[in-house]
Amino acid sequence: MIEVEHLSKSYGQHVAVRDLTFSVAEGEILGFLGPNGAGKSTTMNMLTGYLSATAGKITVNGFDVLAEPNAAKASIGYLPEMPPLYPDMTVKEYLNFMYDLKRCQLPRQKHLAEICHLVKIEDVAERLIKNLSKGYRQRVGLAQALIGNPPVLILDEPTVGLDPNQIIEIRTLIKSLGKHHTVILSSHILPEVEAVCDRLIIVADGQIVADGTPAELAKAQANDTRLTVEIEGDESEISALLNALPGVKSVVALGKKEAGAYAFRIQPNAGADIRRALFTRLAEAGMVLLSSRSNEPSLEELFISLTHGDNAQKEGEDA
Amino acid sequence: MSAIFKRELRSLFSSPLAYLVLAVLFAISGYYFYLANMEFGYRSLNYVFSALYSYACFLVLPILTMRLFSEEKRQKTDQALFTAPVSLTGIVMGKFFAAFLVFLIGISITLVFAVVIAFMTNPGWLSVFGNYIGLMLYGGMLVAAGLFFSCLTESQLIAALCTFAFELVLSSVNYLTTVFADNKFVETVVNFLSVSDRYSHFTAGAIHYGDIVFFLSMTALFIFLAVRVLDRKRWA
Repeated sequence: MIEVEHLSKSYGQHVAVRDLTFSVAEGEILGFLGPNGAGKSTTMNMLTGYLSATAGKITVNGFDVLAEPNAAKASIGYLPEMPPLYPDMTVKEYLNFMYDLKRCQLPRQKHLAEICHLVKIEDVAERLIKNLSKGYRQRVGLAQALIGNPPVLILDEPTVGLDPNQIIEIRTLIKSLGKHHTVILSSHILPEVEAVCDRLIIVADGQIVADGTPAELAKAQANDTRLTVEIEGDESEISALLNALPGVKSVVALGKKEAGAYAFRIQPNAGADIRRALFTRLAEAGMVLLSSRSNEPSLEELFISLTHGDNAQKEGEDA
Repeated sequence: MSAIFKRELRSLFSSPLAYLVLAVLFAISGYYFYLANMEFGYRSLNYVFSALYSYACFLVLPILTMRLFSEEKRQKTDQALFTAPVSLTGIVMGKFFAAFLVFLIGISITLVFAVVIAFMTNPGWLSVFGNYIGLMLYGGMLVAAGLFFSCLTESQLIAALCTFAFELVLSSVNYLTTVFADNKFVETVVNFLSVSDRYSHFTAGAIHYGDIVFFLSMTALFIFLAVRVLDRKRWA
């Protein structure tokens, strides 16, 4: 559905996106993940034809964005980072304007009513956009993107600024949209893309650093078998006991969690399972194990190791 | 283009801007109509037209055009326009015609005055239409120029100031001939660019093709430049 080949964009000396190549299949929900400033918005702006690429080729729905911009643009519904709303219009006026602007051929009243119902903005249809809350504005922005039933939806940080309930609503909505549309959504919030997307692309510094399904990417981290435990007793005694356990590589004290109890993160040797030994030794010493939790293989760690390390280093250099 | 035109017109009239522009145009022309035609009994509307030409348009058009594109950019609504399946030229033309229509409504008050005069005596229709067409062409050029400057910046103020500066340069071109006396080249250029000379032909009721072509091509030039600037921004 979307083919991106060797896409690059530079602003003068600064390279925002370098040599990006990926494709998105029909009906796929692709998460575009990266820290702020990684080039997510720039890439999306190029996909939608708002910006032109310095180099590379983009094909959307079979149309080259450069050669047939109008056909390509007609296949895309775009929600930019800041919804493009006119504050002096009512929601209804605005949607009608966008309907005209996109030269939508679907029956006007019916189509707009369906969209309003889908994103739940029927009750604010007559209100001026400037009086709407952030959550409603975001939904009106989404409604605008849906006009004309474009096969491709590009959503730039669709849940930014929403409250937790609204975030869940919008995620559910995006997930259901994924059944009939190809969706690209960007985010720097990991659980969001994990919850919604079929596939992830992690970008950092304008380059793809990882590409795969959430499960595949998590697998890369799956060798992480760290254990976080909370134990009642004296901190130094517990620490000594833990360090003496067979198969323990390192122990990190996480501090006092509640009165008389301390938390530790234990890193076992590769392949070692220390849970049983831990239990018996603690029982022998008369210490109470209050909680024990294995670290789930998490995308977060992957994300941080892929993106943050780089950036922290860069920022250090800049400073 | 029609969607943009309609929205722009609605936006002009849902803010005080269009009303302000119309009020200023009506007040200035009404004042001169009252003074020259009613008080002093002149038959011709030349005073009204020359007030409109010499300072009413000068004041009002930069204000009318300053927010056309700068506001879109500030609100980031340009992202909706430029990612819609519409050509840049269509977007620019839609905006141009909306602003131009407001201006046209403003100067059309002169036609009402002419009709009022016609009840009493002949207002000199040839001169009225000459003036009207001249003003229309002149205003169209300034609207296009204002639109162009509005594409250059996110700030309405800077856009308006640029348009003012452009108007100043344009209206003072004639003085160059006194600075560069006896310079054939300067004289030719000035004669070509002199808006006031060209406009004065219209006030006399004389419509030259050259003048019409001049104003229309200046308008087209600014619209073309506006499209180029917007397109260029995508590549920057």
